[in-house]
Amino acid sequence: MAGIDHAPPPFFKRGPAPLALLTFYIAVSLAIFVVDLRFKSLELMRQSVALVVDPVQRVAQMPGSLVDNLGQFLEGLQTLKRENDQLKHNQLSTAPNLQRLAHLEAENERLRQLLGVKEREKANGQVAHIMYTARDPFSRKVIVDKGQQANITPGQPAIDEAGIVGQVTRVFPFSAEVTLITDKDQVVPVQIVRNGQRSVLFGLGNGQLELRYIPANADVQEGDMLVTSGLDGVYLAGFPVAKVVKIERDSAYSFARIFCVPLAGVENFSELMILDPRQPLPPAPPEASARPNGPAGGKRVRKGN
Amino acid sequence: MQPTFTSSRILLPVRPWFIYLTLIGAAVANCLPTAYWPGMPDWVALVLCFWSIRESRRAGMGWGFVLGLLMDVADGAVLGQHCFAYVLLAYTATSLSKRILWFPLVQQALQVLPLLLATQLMQALMRLLVGADLPGWGYLVGPFVATALWIPATFLLLLPQYQPVEQDPNRPI
Repeated sequence: MAGIDHAPPPFFKRGPAPLALLTFYIAVSLAIFVVDLRFKSLELMRQSVALVVDPVQRVAQMPGSLVDNLGQFLEGLQTLKRENDQLKHNQLSTAPNLQRLAHLEAENERLRQLLGVKEREKANGQVAHIMYTARDPFSRKVIVDKGQQANITPGQPAIDEAGIVGQVTRVFPFSAEVTLITDKDQVVPVQIVRNGQRSVLFGLGNGQLELRYIPANADVQEGDMLVTSGLDGVYLAGFPVAKVVKIERDSAYSFARIFCVPLAGVENFSELMILDPRQPLPPAPPEASARPNGPAGGKRVRKGN
Repeated sequence: MQPTFTSSRILLPVRPWFIYLTLIGAAVANCLPTAYWPGMPDWVALVLCFWSIRESRRAGMGWGFVLGLLMDVADGAVLGQHCFAYVLLAYTATSLSKRILWFPLVQQALQVLPLLLATQLMQALMRLLVGADLPGWGYLVGPFVATALWIPATFLLLLPQYQPVEQDPNRPI
């Protein structure tokens, strides 16, 4: 507070010209944009920045969670009691199935051993709480409160009580980012429960999913349930994913347009279960190197080698 | 410095820590749960634009780059997306500052609108080029709200400079 006047602009130490600075910063920004998008090799940089940003985010989310807690507090005993009764009722109605499940799993395992088939993997995991939705309006992701300290690794599937929610795509020291199955071009290999037909389910980015590469005359009906097929080595087989809601068959295209909605509460705030990573699949058999298309082709290949 | 170049009122010099505090405060404000409300402005863009126009030697492209990196990580966006837009915003705002400060506040806001709109559009363009979908027209409402907030923001951010050490009714500072 020396006086009212301002320090004059420096005459001799001016630093780089604004245009040079602009070029430099723009070049760096574009470089990290391309590297992050195409090569995914800036995760360490992202994690170190996240170490600073993460605590701020948690504190900034606190007013919202305080309001939520207050709402729950004011919700009253009556509602809670009703909910509790409902849950007890649900538990009792699922009890027969659950009690027999252990028995059936043991039996299944024994029969598989007798047949010499590899045992089914068990689905174990850890419960994580969704802290907030990622604010990037171009993608659908949520941030959960478990990260590297809970041994979460990228690629683990996340489910809720109704079905598949998404997949862990980034892991930070104390949090992880789960990309929802409704994110644009997020892919889940599925099969139709009714007839076992396999396909791939793509997110559309608007809360819906699309079953692609199904011929227009294929046997798909509205209301069909889709479960994971387990062919990708990421999702275990048999988890419910989505339900077919609309089919557009246009004879101009060879594929039908099949729209589905997710079964899990994908866009709701709740708890998630992050399943342990699957055991790696056996390596794919090597492709036959020589093609049976004539001796000329074979000779060329050999010469090249 | 005056509030605008045509004003006869003289302001106190700015305290650098106040600039840095408001820039960081804007980044924190972007992390609040209110950011999910439709039409919420990008506070960092607004405050960065303001200080780039008024105090371009203290806040400019460097701050734009660093805050952009923070916002990229905080939003879960692609790294470099906010950096690019904020650096461009700071440069344009700085180079236009001598012109913008001649106008009264309402016309200043109209001149700032294209800058803020370009910041938002630039980010959308970068993501569309690499295969994302437009998130809906609500995405472009934020800059208009920020423009409407230009006058209150100017008043709030200049408030410490309106407080003279000693009051003198004959010499309004």
